[in-house]
Amino acid sequence: MALAPAITDVEQLKAHPALARLLAWNAPVVEAVKFDREELTIWVEKGSIREACAILRDDPDCPFNYLCDLTAVDWYPSEPRFEVVYHLLSIPKKERVRLKAKLDGSSPAIESVTSVWPSANFYEREVFDLFGVRFTGHPNLKRIMMPDNWEGHPLRKDYPVEGYR
Amino acid sequence: MTQFPAATVTEPSQDRTLVLNMGPQHPSTHGVLRLVLEIDGETVVRLMPEIGYLHTGIEKTCEAKFYQQVVPLTDRIDYLCPLTNNLTYCLAVEKLLGLEIPPKAQWMRVLMNELTRINSHLVWLGTHAMDLGAMTVFLYCFREREDVLRFFEMVSGQRMMTSYFRIGGLALEPPLGFFEKVKKFADRFPGNVDEYEGLLTGNPIFMMRTKGVGRLSMDDAIALGACGPTLRGSGVDIDLRRDAPYTGYENFKFEVPVSTEGDVFARYVCRVQELRESIGIVQQALAGMPEGPVKADAPKVVLPDRENMKTQMEALIYHFKIITEGFSVPAGEVYQAVESPRGEMGYYIVSDGTAKPYRVHMRGPSYANLQALSKMCEGHLIADVIAAIGSIDVVLGDIDR
Repeated sequence: MALAPAITDVEQLKAHPALARLLAWNAPVVEAVKFDREELTIWVEKGSIREACAILRDDPDCPFNYLCDLTAVDWYPSEPRFEVVYHLLSIPKKERVRLKAKLDGSSPAIESVTSVWPSANFYEREVFDLFGVRFTGHPNLKRIMMPDNWEGHPLRKDYPVEGYR
Repeated sequence: MTQFPAATVTEPSQDRTLVLNMGPQHPSTHGVLRLVLEIDGETVVRLMPEIGYLHTGIEKTCEAKFYQQVVPLTDRIDYLCPLTNNLTYCLAVEKLLGLEIPPKAQWMRVLMNELTRINSHLVWLGTHAMDLGAMTVFLYCFREREDVLRFFEMVSGQRMMTSYFRIGGLALEPPLGFFEKVKKFADRFPGNVDEYEGLLTGNPIFMMRTKGVGRLSMDDAIALGACGPTLRGSGVDIDLRRDAPYTGYENFKFEVPVSTEGDVFARYVCRVQELRESIGIVQQALAGMPEGPVKADAPKVVLPDRENMKTQMEALIYHFKIITEGFSVPAGEVYQAVESPRGEMGYYIVSDGTAKPYRVHMRGPSYANLQALSKMCEGHLIADVIAAIGSIDVVLGDIDR
């Protein structure tokens, strides 16, 4: 089974319900798209992430009503350094989509989606704890895995695997 | 250094309430779960889970390992269903590589995965019933669990940390006599489930402890991200084995049990029914097990047979290369979701084209279900907290990673 090349052309992909919905709502928030290995990724402008999530959740035809996963990737040392990754699932239509937002490394912050899905609470705390990304509007943004007095954010790429000596 | 506010709440929010600590060494919290309860008399006003006691940084460790070296780490995440973790990871890497798996390996994966589900549900049923005072069920469940663990030992040499699934197939052929033994077990097991049900379903004490307790509505369950039997117990008809089949599940016939009550008893009913469906899948897998190799024909990824290494130059070279340098995986990212005994287990893997994963993230089903616990318990009695914890079937290794 050879890998099919990734599709990055918006025109070819706009049949997908999530992308169609976002383009119909506000096309400029879609920064880029990629369809690779049967999975669709949409890069959303970081200031609009909460609204984009709310729009997708309330889509009447294909509601992406379930937040599967929320995490981040550190692309140190390139900029923009962080990508926050949202995996959404539509329980009625069994469709999946991945949203991504790019953040700068200097003081990474993005709007919280806890108002859209309360389940984002723990995931955002985890990303805050392990990557140091701040989520504005989060009800309880505190460390969740590491001790309260821990220094640094372990999943950052400039954090050594065995910790600071 | 930035000082963050302490995560633990120790002060009560009202005059008449009291903050009570439960765990992390409490026998009913199934591991090292710590709950901070704010109580008004016997009633829980607020429930705050505190986690991280078992955080071992597996996600960080993965980034320093070759792809094939990550497999044993995945066993240690959800230690009650190690094979499901192996499967999810292997499927994700195979998707990144574009690797096709031979049919026998796929059917073996289904067979072992369903035995894992039975193993995990038996531990859940035994401990959940014991939390509620039914001692006998625990002994019955662990009797059958022992049989399942022996099957794991037969194929992999390990009872718990099996690492039996590898990227590209299985570690080894199943040994002689394995299928006959599984068949014997599968014929007997529905009778055992009847035994458990005879002790619990309809038992007035068990019903009083579980019916109407820990209620979670369908909307709340979806909003709070509950998954697996917790979500199905609240009336959502979802099962990834049926809705997004992987590793050949489309060839099997099974029902997805759904309850609409949303209480502890509904989750119990779903899981016990799943035990019966799982053994049905095991029977189908045994009946239709195809012949053929158990490893993909991909010499750069799959380790060669021992015999070939002694006679073939190429096999020896490939072995040396895989062990010392690993194999490079084309750049890209995948999210592979699998229906584990506890719900949707997802592995998000980012590859940068080298032999080590750039980022591995595990979406644990227990982590998602734990968020729903507060909603189930607030406004109810402390004793119901025990029933609710048991009903979401938490595994702390899966939460803290």
